[in-house]
Amino acid sequence: MRIELTPRTSVSPVARALAPVAAFITSFLIAGFVIWLMGRSPIDAFDVYVLQPLSDPWSLQELLVKATPLALIAIGLSYCFRASLWNIGAEGQYVMGAIFGSWLALKTHGTDAGTWVLPLMLILGVIGGALYGLIPAFLKTRFGVNEILTSLMLVYVAQLTLDYLARGPWRDPKGFNFPQSVTFDTAATVPPILEAGRVHYGFVFALIAVAVTAVVLGRTLFGYRLKLTGDAPRAARFAGFSSKATVMAVFAISGGLAGLAGITEVSGQIGQIQPSISPGYGFTAITVAFLGRLNPIGILVAALVVALTFIGGESAQIMLKLPLDLTQAFQGILLLCVLAADALVSNRIRLVARGGGK
Amino acid sequence: MTIFEAILLTIVTASTPLLIAALGELVTERAGVLNLGVEGMMAMGAACSFAAAVSFDSTLLGVAAGILAGAFMAALFALVVLGFAANQVGSGLALTIFGLGLSGLIGAPFVGARRDPIPHVDVPILSDIPYIGRLFFEQDLFVYASFALTILIAVYLTRTRSGLTLRSIGENHTSANALGLPVLRTRFLAILFGGACAGLAGAYLALVYTRFWSPGMTAGRGWIALALVVFAAWRPGWLLIGAYIFGAATVLQLHAQAAQFGVPSQVLSAVPYLATIIALLLLSLRHGRAIGAPGSLGTPFVPDR
Repeated sequence: MRIELTPRTSVSPVARALAPVAAFITSFLIAGFVIWLMGRSPIDAFDVYVLQPLSDPWSLQELLVKATPLALIAIGLSYCFRASLWNIGAEGQYVMGAIFGSWLALKTHGTDAGTWVLPLMLILGVIGGALYGLIPAFLKTRFGVNEILTSLMLVYVAQLTLDYLARGPWRDPKGFNFPQSVTFDTAATVPPILEAGRVHYGFVFALIAVAVTAVVLGRTLFGYRLKLTGDAPRAARFAGFSSKATVMAVFAISGGLAGLAGITEVSGQIGQIQPSISPGYGFTAITVAFLGRLNPIGILVAALVVALTFIGGESAQIMLKLPLDLTQAFQGILLLCVLAADALVSNRIRLVARGGGK
Repeated sequence: MTIFEAILLTIVTASTPLLIAALGELVTERAGVLNLGVEGMMAMGAACSFAAAVSFDSTLLGVAAGILAGAFMAALFALVVLGFAANQVGSGLALTIFGLGLSGLIGAPFVGARRDPIPHVDVPILSDIPYIGRLFFEQDLFVYASFALTILIAVYLTRTRSGLTLRSIGENHTSANALGLPVLRTRFLAILFGGACAGLAGAYLALVYTRFWSPGMTAGRGWIALALVVFAAWRPGWLLIGAYIFGAATVLQLHAQAAQFGVPSQVLSAVPYLATIIALLLLSLRHGRAIGAPGSLGTPFVPDR
């Protein structure tokens, strides 16, 4: 028996829209099977992972908090992925944005610096992430170095830089030797949307990014250029679109948004610099981008859905003693299923008995 | 044994897993498939080999479990990229995320356990060669296996019919298919071989290099192995040299950290990653673009009719 693939001539929009849903259900079934193999009840796990967070107001707020960095990073990545460029170093750009912005927060700590601190921090965060994202872009356009490996290697470098700062120069001298900085001043903190609420204005930034991206991709020449560069690079060159400029632009955008995610997370959520500031948002955002079909609205929905796995994972760890690694394994399976479902929409698959067919 | 010899010995130990994993990926890529899941397959190899070795108190069973785990992960990848013709870069990345998570689950009960060192096997006569004899011929069996594998793969790719078939499929799958060559079957086997090698490399890390399990212990070695394949221009001989250069860089930075030069340890820890970027850059500076890349690398195969 062998598998035979044929490209579909027409693709129904319904199938295209349902593919991520099918992928999601499939990955739930696989995860349930793994949990069953571990000798636990998949139904209990489903209850803790999905149903409980959705029925608890505190968890619902937490959902928005966790979806914020995921949506911001994934929106940025969608620019790269649309142009078929593989920026897989968003985690590093996120960390670098956090470092750039936090520098100002720590510099102005304890002074009466006014309300200009926070906006400037956010701008610095965007700049830090964008500059870091431009390194692989520059190496690619100027020297032809593959962006996949360089962007990933830079993740390790960024994490080590953060580790050094948190344990070394930026450590709070009065912090009992804990590897963390002083707590940011109020002037350097992204405020919550509702008084005493958990959701901060970072979520609004994510919504703005979604709206702007929807307009850019759908209504501007730049958006068309991206699509053309990704789908038909030769045609894009004939049309006079510089692919080098496109590479630099999309890496700067995705790096900048990842950097914004990093600084908002540190100043709105964590409140200080620590050796680790992310449970892998930069990598999970890749899953989010594809689950959302690289579409801005889709990404927002996907970010909320995937944020659920982080919250469910945390409560499953406490209530069911299921390791946190299960969440990561699930996110990996989810991405595999999404990509497989996408391919299934564009190709017809037939199982052919050996000797038959042709 | 002098300190100098001891350092050289650790370089061999650090280079071997890089070499084994990269050799597997080289064969996969020569068949035209880019599998970015090396890191995940390696982590699974490490976790499963360690779990099996501790549970059955057998290094041999541990190694077998590591190889099988790598091959199992590769089969999953093959199903998605060959069966469904899904995007290879994304699928490989997903495999890495999945493997790192699942290896954490499998390894969790074994955190804190330790394995004894495995015996070194002395090759008579050759180990008496001054300087390099003790270094390369008084090693564990994995090291010999990695050398043998390098030679076998080089011979296979250039001197056998099946190796030529594999390369032609990697260069241009449409033409190969038109000639009646079994594109999908060859690629499936090449992916499995890559996974088995990554699993073996992971087993070496857990059973010989560290002799314990900790989550994320592969520490980017799978990614460095991927870079090595590019660096070696898809040639096994160059891979051997590249793996030893990187192994040496890793070991020397560890010794530099121990010596405390006043440089922050994080700067030295970053050396292997920065070295990878610089190596890729230098390669591109010399040749303009990545030379030797198989023509169909990374493109899904869907026969047109």
